[in-house]
Parts: sequence; C-alpha cells; structure tokens
Amino acid sequence: MSAKPTTVNRRTLLGTAAAAGTLPLITPLRAPRAQAANTIKIGVLSDLSSLYTDLAGQGSVLAARMAVEDFNPGPKGFNVEIVAADHQNRADVGSTTARAWYDRDGVDAIVDVPNSGVVLAVNQITREKNKVMIVSAGATTDLTGPQCTPNSVHWTYDTFSQPAGTGRAMVAAGGDTWFFITADYAFGHSLEANTERFVIASGGRVVGKVRHPFPGTDFSSFLLQAQGSRAKVIGLANAGGDFINAMKQAGEFGIVRRGQKLAGLLVFITDVHSLGLETAQGLTLTTAFYHDRNDESRAFNEKFHPRNRGIRPTMAHAGVYGGVLHYLKAVEALGVAAAKADGAAAVAAMKRLPTNDPLFGQGEIRQDGRKTHPMYLYEVKAPNESRGPWDYLKLVREIPVADAWRPLADGNCPLVRT
Amino acid sequence: MDTIFGIPAVALYGQLMLGLINGSFYALLSLGLAVIFGMMNVINFTHGAQFMMGAFVAWMLLNWIGLGYWWALILAPLIVGATGVLIERLMIQRLYKLDHLYGLLLTFGLALIIEGLFRNYFGSSGLPYRIPAELQGAMDLGFMFLPNYRAWVIVASIVVCFATWYVIERTKLGAYLRAATERPLLVQAFGVNVPRMITLTYGFGVALAAFAGVLAAPIYSVNPNMGSQLIIVVFAVVVIGGMGSIAGSVLTGFGLGIVEGLTRVFYPEGSATVIFVIMAIVLLVRPAGLFGRA
Repeated sequence: MSAKPTTVNRRTLLGTAAAAGTLPLITPLRAPRAQAANTIKIGVLSDLSSLYTDLAGQGSVLAARMAVEDFNPGPKGFNVEIVAADHQNRADVGSTTARAWYDRDGVDAIVDVPNSGVVLAVNQITREKNKVMIVSAGATTDLTGPQCTPNSVHWTYDTFSQPAGTGRAMVAAGGDTWFFITADYAFGHSLEANTERFVIASGGRVVGKVRHPFPGTDFSSFLLQAQGSRAKVIGLANAGGDFINAMKQAGEFGIVRRGQKLAGLLVFITDVHSLGLETAQGLTLTTAFYHDRNDESRAFNEKFHPRNRGIRPTMAHAGVYGGVLHYLKAVEALGVAAAKADGAAAVAAMKRLPTNDPLFGQGEIRQDGRKTHPMYLYEVKAPNESRGPWDYLKLVREIPVADAWRPLADGNCPLVRT
Repeated sequence: MDTIFGIPAVALYGQLMLGLINGSFYALLSLGLAVIFGMMNVINFTHGAQFMMGAFVAWMLLNWIGLGYWWALILAPLIVGATGVLIERLMIQRLYKLDHLYGLLLTFGLALIIEGLFRNYFGSSGLPYRIPAELQGAMDLGFMFLPNYRAWVIVASIVVCFATWYVIERTKLGAYLRAATERPLLVQAFGVNVPRMITLTYGFGVALAAFAGVLAAPIYSVNPNMGSQLIIVVFAVVVIGGMGSIAGSVLTGFGLGIVEGLTRVFYPEGSATVIFVIMAIVLLVRPAGLFGRA
C-alpha cells in the first residue's frame, strides 16, 4: 500500500455524508427508461427501512404485485410494471422520488405512502403532474379535506375512521377523561384532533396532551405525565414502532394495573404480533381488514404470508391490493392511453366505477377521494384464547359506513360542491 | 402541593429518576465509545449496531436455546465481543496508520450492513422480550412508581461503569493500556503484546455495548433500528464529555439523561434536540469537551 498522505478534511467528509444520503434515490432511477405506450407503471412509495416497514414496506410491494397477478392485464391488452422506493419517512426524499418517477421514469400512479407528512408533499406533486396517488398506509384526513385533489384516492383508513371506532367505544365504556400522547408530526396532530372531537362530542373531556419527537424510543416520561393527569384513558396517537414501545413501557409502569386504560388509535396486526398477547390482550382496535375475518381474507392471507417472511397482511397491505386492483379496472374501462395522459380522468373513472374486491367487498369512492367500506372493532385475545400463530383478534362489532367515515360535507374539500 | 417552576415537585422527582435511567444507557454506551477511542483512536460507528446485536443475541438465546435473561447478561456480551474481536483483527487493524476518518467510514458502513441484515431477517416491528421474573413488579417511592427492572438498570450501569473506570485508571493492566496508547513501541519493548491488548480492548468496548443492549431488551422493542436511534445521541454525549475521557463520558451520560428528562416535562417537543444544542454550546466554549484534555 502506498504511503500517500491522507488529506480528508471536514468539508470532504460532509460532502461524502451528503452524497451517501442521496444513495437510496439512485436505485429507483435505474429502472429502464424506455416505456411502451401500453404499459402502466405503478410506484410503491413506502418505508422500506424504518418503523413502518412491517406494517407497509415490502408487504405493500407484494400486495401491489398480487393485485396485478389477479387482475391479469395481459389478455386485456396492456402491461403493468411495479417499482418501489424507500422514502425514509422524510417528505423531501418522498418528493424527490415522486418527481423523478413522474418526470423521468414514466410512473403513472404512486401507491401506499405511509407517513402523512410524505403523503401531503407527494399529493401536491401528483396534482401538479396530473398523475394518480392511491394512499393506503397514510392516515391524515386532510387528504380528503382542505388538501383534497382530483388526483388522489384515500383507500384504507384515516384519522377519522380510527377514533370513530376506538374513541367512541372507549367513551361509551366509561372512559370520559383523556390524556393524549401524540407523535409530533402531521399524522399525530390529525389523529389527536379528530379523536378529541369524538371525545368531546360523546360528553368526555381532554385533561392533557403531550407531543413526543418522531420516531421516539423512550416514552416513560410521557407515560408518567399521563399517569399524573389521572385521566381515565391514555390515547396513543402514534403508530408502528412508537406505539409498540409506548405500550411496552406502559405495561412496565403498571398503567393498566393502576386503573387507567390505554387506547391505541392506529394499531396493526404486526404491532400485536410484536407486543405478544401477554402485553396486548384486551386492547381494543379499529381495523379495515383482518386476515381471519372471512373466507376471502383467509384465502388472500394464505397466498400472501408465505411470500412475506411469514408476516400476515395488515390493513395497509390489503388497501394497496384493493386500490391497485380498482385502479387497473378503471384503466381498462378508460383505455390505457387516456389513463396515462390524464391522471385526473383515471381517478374520475375510479370514482364512477363501484368498488368491489375480495378484501373490502362492495363500496365506492366519494367525490372527495375517500373510499368507503365498513370498519371493524376488534379486541385482542388473551393468550389462552389464541388457537395458533397469528390468531390474535376477536370481532366486537362492525362499524357501518355511515359511522366510520367523516361526512362528505364536513371535510371542507374544495371538490365537494354544496 | 409544592411546585417548582409550575410543575408539581413530585412529578419533577419522577422525571429526574427517569432521566437517570436513560442516562444509564447513555453512560454505558458512551463509556464503550470512550474506551475504544481513548485506547485505539477509532471512532466506532458500529457501536449502535453492536448494542442492537446484544439485544438480539439475548432474544436468540431465549427463543432458540432457552437460556434466560441472566445467562444472556453474561453470554451476549461475550458473543458480540467475540464478533468485535474478529472485526478488529480482519478489518480495523488495517486502518490504524491512516486518518481517523477511514475507521469512521468503515465502522459506519459495517453498521449499515449489520442493521440491514437484521432488518431483512427479523423485520422492523421488533420482537417481544419479557422482564425476568425476579425483577418484575415495582416499588412505590411516594413520588413515583418505579419498576424494579428500571432500578436494576441504574444499579447495573453504575457498577459496570465504576468497575471499568477503576480497571483503566487504577490498576496495572490499565496502566499498560494507557501506556500502550501513548508509546506503543516502548511498551512492546517491555514484552507486552500490544496488538493483542488493543484487539481485546476493542472486544471489551463492544461487549459493553452488547451489555447495554441486553439491559435494554426488556424495556425497548428489540428491533434492528434500536441502536441507530440511540447512537447519534450517544456520540453527542461523548463529544460533550470529551473524546476519550472515561470518567467524563460516564458523568456526562448520566447528566444529559437528566437534562433530557427535564426537557420532556418543560418542553417535550424539544427533548430530541436539547442534547445537540448543549453539544453546540460546549463545542463553542470548550472544544475539547467538558472533561477532555485539550
């Protein structure tokens, strides 16, 4: 080895670090640029490396592929290609990827998009480029409210549907004073605000709230503040890894044993799996999909989990499947060329067609982009009730469409003419 | 009820206690970093990944072999420390003659690879790990409800930190180590096998990270990102305390845990940033760190 003096200074180091930061962006750009006019290209923009990876991530990519396989576009005269990228839960990375996909790689639709911050950023770009965005894992109701566009569809759940189930149920069961532990970004704020509305409307009261940095690791300080507030219910307005850590530490500090109740406002089956039934038992949760609900969901699960490291499909995965399938039906109805040329027209076609798929049954997409279907209130089983791996939930009741979604007139979506 | 700055005093005591618990992790991790930097001049960016490996090895020992927490507390640091020895022998050793930055880049790359592999295999939502039966339950301190396990974390961390400081600063072995850092050739001339000592030092620093990982497993979700979330803060702790200062890194670790805990009461949104603000101020006023030798 030559004894060359090394002259790396701070600026070079910072440059290297900055360059390393952009590496994940290069991967999606490598996709072949040549695109046949009859190929629909769908980009799965998700969290492939951090706290939302299991609830969305690679499973969402798989769900999109399965939708394409089940739709079988070949005989219908067009091709569908799936690409994927990691947005790292950063709005800037998500925006850059979305622009590159739309401008250079000929992507026609972006799907999934966990993290409301990224959703709202990509939403504007999608409208500007007249493409299509179908959100499954993102939750903010602003997407079908003040920030709604003719180019986006919100499929699976939102920050209204979640408290509509869990929040109402907790207040009805006597939990009329609440303390919120909220993830400090668009999603948490939206979930907290909507839940608060339900609590107050049902005669309850919010006695305090605290916002934790996102993503968080240690929740004990916040839990202690919640404990001190003597609220009957501690509402966890966070998700994924944040929710898991908060629950785990709440168990340790004896929150439930000392008489307070925890309300997980956005809980996925993967969270329950990670917590274990011992810790999660008795938790009430609202979901759009459970893999053991009916024969169709079980059939989907049997095809899904062997291809996803054994991880069962979450409602976010199911939503990607349903959304992609419906989009492809709309493309078929409209014609590929027209769907590629005008994203708003494709979304309008999606709204005209009634939705019908094996996982969500029949439903519709409203004017404001909200896809509606019943939601379900479940309770986590006790360890002795579980009959096998991933047998975690028992149904409490179905939440009908009329109760599950924010009324069309209340969202302030400019597309809704009154 | 007594209040301090508008916060009930009892709530404040509780938050101070929690700060001390978080400080225990900062202290253990920054101690390992300080040992490695002080003795080898390597900035070990793999430290967070090795902390995570400690927690995962504890999980594997329990679920694959059936060995519980107490075994894990001994075996996981040994196993992860052994991987550290391998990494030092095969890779880091080749970089001693070069600038610090090469070691930093190598260990940073290794951390990304290790975390990627674990994520690929175990997913990101984390694995459950129960608090050992002996440490379940909690005591009522009057001002707070302190889980026994958290109390144990403080005790274990203080004991290990003190023992490490004592060995390095007060024993003959520690004297050899410090001498080897200053004048490796001279120490070798006295018949001490310096390269082996350096290898074992790295292994020891890594074992400390793994020990902290086992301590963390029952509290935090055992997931591949658990280290990367912590390591940046720990680096800030080391910089504030003074690179390479053993006692400094321990004291700073506990101190900043408390500062962070208090921030969570007065201004929760700022609790992720407060340590970096302190770091910036310390770098401006005392570039060598609070306890560093300039």
